[in-house]
Amino acid sequence: MNVQKIRKDFPILARKINGKPMVYLDSAATSQKPKQVIDAVEKFLKTSNSNVHRGIHTLTIEATEALDHAREKIADFVGVKDVGEIIFVRNTTEAINLVAYSWGRLNISKGDEIVLTIAEHHSNFVPWQQLAAENGAILKIVPVTKNGEIDEIVFKNALTKKTKLATFFHVSNILGTIAPVQRLTLVARRLAPQAVVLVDGAQAVPHLPVNISKIGCDFYAFSGHKMLGSAGIGVLWGRREILEAMPPFMFGGDMISTVKIEKTQWAELPLKFEAGTPNIEGAIGLGAAVDYLRRLGMENVRCYEQELTKYALEKLSKIEEVEVFGPKEVSKRCGVISFRIRGSSRQDSNNNILRANPSIPLRPSALRLRLEEINSVSREVSALYIPAHDIASILDSEGVEIRSGFNCAEPLADFLGIGPTARASFYIYNTKEDVDRLVLGLRRVQEVFGSVGKWDSRRKNKNNNLQTHHPTLLHT
Amino acid sequence: MDLYREEILEHWQNPQNFGKVIDADLVIDQVNPLCGDQVTFYFKFARGRISDVSFTGSGCAISVAASSMLSEFIKGKSIKDLEKLTGEKVLDLIGGLVAPARLKCVFLPLEVIRRLRLYNGKTEK
Repeated sequence: MNVQKIRKDFPILARKINGKPMVYLDSAATSQKPKQVIDAVEKFLKTSNSNVHRGIHTLTIEATEALDHAREKIADFVGVKDVGEIIFVRNTTEAINLVAYSWGRLNISKGDEIVLTIAEHHSNFVPWQQLAAENGAILKIVPVTKNGEIDEIVFKNALTKKTKLATFFHVSNILGTIAPVQRLTLVARRLAPQAVVLVDGAQAVPHLPVNISKIGCDFYAFSGHKMLGSAGIGVLWGRREILEAMPPFMFGGDMISTVKIEKTQWAELPLKFEAGTPNIEGAIGLGAAVDYLRRLGMENVRCYEQELTKYALEKLSKIEEVEVFGPKEVSKRCGVISFRIRGSSRQDSNNNILRANPSIPLRPSALRLRLEEINSVSREVSALYIPAHDIASILDSEGVEIRSGFNCAEPLADFLGIGPTARASFYIYNTKEDVDRLVLGLRRVQEVFGSVGKWDSRRKNKNNNLQTHHPTLLHT
Repeated sequence: MDLYREEILEHWQNPQNFGKVIDADLVIDQVNPLCGDQVTFYFKFARGRISDVSFTGSGCAISVAASSMLSEFIKGKSIKDLEKLTGEKVLDLIGGLVAPARLKCVFLPLEVIRRLRLYNGKTEK
């Protein structure tokens, strides 16, 4: 893979941030777009733009053909033979919501079990949490091991005859862990014969060779914008017999075959689930993105990113204060590196506030205005670390763009007791020089936040000054 | 790098009024869902004024420093006056150049002050 050549395809990489050449390390949030994708979208809008599946004029036929062609390419890219099983949605979130609303509400009821992991993205957590809250289904949450892998023993024990859904990430957006999805699916089939298996592939399809047929799951969801496509186009793949039995998620145009006053007949797959005018140019752009990745070869993409990740982990391990989350072995992970940096510990303030023992309750008459329940125990710990937001802010001033926060996986942060984290993530256009710039930037972060010793000496000086101003207790 | 001035970092490292007022009259939690920053403010009132204030929580250096500075500023002020507290005034207190992305961090404690209104009428003892 010739990365310098690849970089030339991404116009945005020429940008400067705060006067410095940009280093983009937030591809797990969204990838940048090559000119091949931008051109494909532009060409369509300039020459063939029209609505699809409507009328018989030349433009509409061209647009419909372009959309169908994109769907075929995408199906082939992820190892799907039946193109009708590829449903265009906005993104992974919408794909999973479609399953939760249509299949979930029909098939999961009170007492049924949903098995998922603690490391799910909110998009594969909240829809099931809400379904369970609504109808009394039981959420069984599988933890991750110390190495950041799904705890397969707990996963096995969680599966029962009552399990209606088993769902897990393919690649964790925080830990970078690659889940053994084929094995997990097989285990679910054996121990939970009633269960449908849904895999969240948002972080996998952009970075790994993915063959959905080989995984053997029932649903697989991914987003276009993380794999060089534009935002607003994603894919839900579902097994045909399951999709056929599901009611539509949204009603309207495009998803019908006939509409009479008393009755409507649904369209065939995939249109049954694609109500309204779809994101035509988004799908065409995603088709071009798939062409681009195909040309590179997903094996090569994986190989290159693994090498880059190995380099980054080595470099980061040399900064003593940096703690990296997720598997130690690069073979088990993708180029998503979440980390935190130990700083100096917070000193108690030296004023005269009454300090409450946590076990002493507040005066009951105190009015408490709460926005939400807060698990503050784990978050207080984060005062020992340089706050992730500040890391991202200072790196930004150095032209290095990373993500900070809970990265849409707050339950995992609470489980690990780590609070918000900083996250650097790579893609095909990143280089070892980018990693070096990250490391340099982190040195700058450490400089700004100083060391414990520096703070102590400063405080001492301040106190000395204070004494010279108040020489009231002099005895002669 | 103006944002990370020594004064800000001092307040982060050694926040003023950090802790809980045990016999607080009012406790307000505020969260910035964007970054997970969280503060809890504890207020005591006397004759319509804030007689004591403290805060706990965790967040970035900017939101902690802003909470610390603001807690110093509001002590002894009347709730009525604080209703007029503007974002500009808070930025003045912070005294640094704040990038748009970090305004939410600076304004996290201001959101708390804004919600003081909800306690209206119960502050007289």
